[in-house]
Amino acid sequence: MTFSLATVAYLGAAILFILSLGGLSHPETSRRGNLYGIVGMTLAVLATIVGPRVAAAGVPWIIGALVIGGGLGLYAAKTVKMTQMPELVALMHSLVGLAACLVGFASYVDTSVQFSGAEKAIHEVEIYVGILIGAVTFSGSLVAFGKLNGKIGGKPLLLPARHWLNLVALLVVIWFGGEFVQAHSVAQGMMPLAVMTVIALLFGIHMVMAIGGADMPVVVSMLNSYSGWAAAATGFMLGNDLLIVTGALVGSSGAILSYIMCNAMNRNFISVIAGGFGSAAGSAAPKADGAAAEPQGEVVPVTAHETAELLREAKSVIIVPGYGMAVAQAQHTVNDIVKKLREKGVKVRFGIHPVAGRMPGHMNVLLAEAKVPYDIVMEMDEINEDFSDTDVAMVIGANDIVNPAAQDDPTSPIAGMPVLEVWKAHTSIVMKRSMASGYAGVDNPLFYKENNRMLFGDAKKMLDEVLVVLES
Amino acid sequence: MQTGESAVTPQRIGVPREIFPGEKRVATVPDVVTKLIKLGFSVVVEKGAGELADLSDEAYVQAGAGIVPSAAELWSGSDIVFKVRPPTADEVALMRAGQTLIGFVWPAQHPELMQQLAARKVTVLAIDALPRTLSRAQKMDALTSMAGVSGYRAVVEAANAFGRFFNGQITAAGKVPPAKVFIAGAGVAGLAAIGAAASLGAIVRANDTRAEVADQVVSLGGEFVKVDYEEEGSGGGGYAKVMSEGFQAAQREMYAQQAKECDIIITTALIPGKPAPRLITAEMVKSMKPGSVIVDMAAEQGGNCELTEPGKAVVKHGVTIVGYTDLASRMARQSSTLYGTNLFRLTEELCKTKDGVINVNMGDDAIRGLTVIKDGEITWPAPPLAPAAPKPVAKPAVVAESKGGHGHGNTGPMPAGTLAVVFGLGALAFWAIGTYAPAAFLGHLTVFVLACFIGYMVVWNVTPALHTPLMSVTNAISSIIVIGALVQILPPEAGTNGRPDQLIQWLAFAGIVLTAINMFGGFAVTRRMLDMFRK
Repeated sequence: MTFSLATVAYLGAAILFILSLGGLSHPETSRRGNLYGIVGMTLAVLATIVGPRVAAAGVPWIIGALVIGGGLGLYAAKTVKMTQMPELVALMHSLVGLAACLVGFASYVDTSVQFSGAEKAIHEVEIYVGILIGAVTFSGSLVAFGKLNGKIGGKPLLLPARHWLNLVALLVVIWFGGEFVQAHSVAQGMMPLAVMTVIALLFGIHMVMAIGGADMPVVVSMLNSYSGWAAAATGFMLGNDLLIVTGALVGSSGAILSYIMCNAMNRNFISVIAGGFGSAAGSAAPKADGAAAEPQGEVVPVTAHETAELLREAKSVIIVPGYGMAVAQAQHTVNDIVKKLREKGVKVRFGIHPVAGRMPGHMNVLLAEAKVPYDIVMEMDEINEDFSDTDVAMVIGANDIVNPAAQDDPTSPIAGMPVLEVWKAHTSIVMKRSMASGYAGVDNPLFYKENNRMLFGDAKKMLDEVLVVLES
Repeated sequence: MQTGESAVTPQRIGVPREIFPGEKRVATVPDVVTKLIKLGFSVVVEKGAGELADLSDEAYVQAGAGIVPSAAELWSGSDIVFKVRPPTADEVALMRAGQTLIGFVWPAQHPELMQQLAARKVTVLAIDALPRTLSRAQKMDALTSMAGVSGYRAVVEAANAFGRFFNGQITAAGKVPPAKVFIAGAGVAGLAAIGAAASLGAIVRANDTRAEVADQVVSLGGEFVKVDYEEEGSGGGGYAKVMSEGFQAAQREMYAQQAKECDIIITTALIPGKPAPRLITAEMVKSMKPGSVIVDMAAEQGGNCELTEPGKAVVKHGVTIVGYTDLASRMARQSSTLYGTNLFRLTEELCKTKDGVINVNMGDDAIRGLTVIKDGEITWPAPPLAPAAPKPVAKPAVVAESKGGHGHGNTGPMPAGTLAVVFGLGALAFWAIGTYAPAAFLGHLTVFVLACFIGYMVVWNVTPALHTPLMSVTNAISSIIVIGALVQILPPEAGTNGRPDQLIQWLAFAGIVLTAINMFGGFAVTRRMLDMFRK
């Protein structure tokens, strides 16, 4: 295959990738979108393998690597539970980051291509930046993975003077960047490169550690964006347009997604990245000065039996799922309850907050897995006005996204964040394991409202009991 | 209302005898009296108030109500008065300041009455001014319950005047064809009439300018007759509106056709605030079979039939035209029970504390709509319902911003100054790049920037439900980085210039393994997810 043919194949692949992203904008076209992505990727890989840049002797190596990696990937995709999707995605981001680092190093030690003057400087800056982004993506994604599956605590880790630390790190990285570009030989340049890589890794860890669990959806999509920029940087490094286009596509789409998430939480993107939920009010302050503003009223617990009665007598029900439903794997039971209620003529709908769960669209995926028809799954804006006409709003393992303090209390750390107004329903039932506060660490006045009932316990267990009562 | 001493003593509800000629209804019934007393009120009823609705004074006394002999005494001794018909001038003269009147008022039709009532410094809740689109207001909707009774009664009146069976019969004495009933207007009254006529066995057809009621007509056993003309007749709030000339012509043709075919026509067409539309002309009446019946339920508003005489049943051209305006009153006991219950539901809303004292809460949409005079001040018409309460977003935003460092995404367009700075910096950056960067780099840069914009455009429209699949597919696509590893594993230049082939090969190999995991895993998992997104 000639160079031109390979380039044309790349162009085709780039178009397919764009179509792929476009196709994902709607459920009907989404499967085709995924197929476009697969075809595009196959085209790009085949064109490269048979293209002028790979000698025939390298093919067995490539096939071996693809088989190993592909096998692992397919296995993971088959076995992963839908509730673990955010972890898997975060882990995969880290792989891209690591690969970008490896390619960067390989490119640097490759002495077969020689540049000079501005071209050399640009090439080296590209390598440097590529490895930097790759390393940050790698370590950041690993930490995100750890936070998501609970290996690392969700609370933000806030080092003293962390913004200064980051600034110092940035300056050091820039200074070593200068050293690196001026290095005359590979051996000489390797030191600054290695130091930078270590700093970048530490920076990635620090960055994600400082971000609270409630902001995880933003972090995941932000890392997604980084993995794209890493690919784009590699593209510059190797002078490969397909990599640049694809990297830019992924990078910008991830950035947009993060932006949408931030809007959904009424947070500034920069302040999410800078880390620490509630940091503006003083890192530990919400607890301390929140004592005076402790919500008044009494918590009214109910049993699963009473919950079932409430649901059975309701004409319309809105279910608001949160991360708790994912953790308890309760989505199938929820669907069974919904089916039962719909058979009885109860109007059941779901209200999904844009940041419910730990990943954008997390709840939709879970409900889809349980085969909940997607036309009864509503977005926040579609359903928020209907709560006042609803008999029962059932909140399953969600907290911050139904917190009225976001609207009522301007001093609350989540003030101004749009929330689902479940308290406007005739009765609201909140299913929770305990009275503990949500990821944002903010107390929820909803629990103390007169028309609110609390159903304590594991969501799955409680819902199973509700289902039994409904069926009897 | 809930101030001072009135908060302590429970209020007294008075129910006078209706004095409008021919009105048989009464504003409360013994069953409802019991419930009102449970809410904490005391109830008095004028002597003989329920007589015409077959409700004796003894029944009221047994339910716990007091009986007062005269209207004057009742009006002066009550804090709240329940009525059916709008009060007459004499009744208004009996009212005192601070009293509350609940009943039909029709403020639009009775501006003078409104002035008189306001002059007495009373509070008036017009049950006819209820915002009917509020679903929680349905239990108080007396217009609906009265219309239901009237619709049923219209069929009974028609059957009375009609000399034949409604249902078809094949008997030893011969075959009787079923009666054909046409009902114009499928509002509450029309639907009740459809149900009643269909259950008597007639063939029922109905028409309405609002196409969306076709299903309701069919569900009650009727057949929906379409006008052969495309126009939607919903005028907001579930009411009909005036239709275009072309539509009306087509509609007249349809009515003429139905008049020829049908034995009974029941018309219920009303447009709020306008005289009733003339649907049945004298010509059409002439074309009907002798012995046919027309019941004109819109008689009070001028009638849907040209020949209707309000309040009377007349025979013209061999067709009986019933123009009674008191159909609900002709079933006084039934309509009084329903009306009484509607008023009880309203009282419940007014007295949420259940202490026998009403609170006319103007913050409540339903109550606000009903209240046409508040303490002598005319508050009619109520402002249209706001779609939703405004969200208090602005205030928290200001507070949060004043703390600094915790800003919010700007929603409006950038100020011109900022925009100019952004563009200026952009231009400077481009100039710097253009001056120093080599040509090859510029080509890549072009591609890069354009691709960023494409990504931005493409992703902006993704529905939130698909954010997770989108992320996993972009993640899979980012394994395109594999190309970087592929071209390094064994390029043609291998072995030249002291290239560390072995090292690079292993690095690239590891890179391919990593990206392959991502690539296969990412696409497979996306596929798995998307397969679940089925309707």
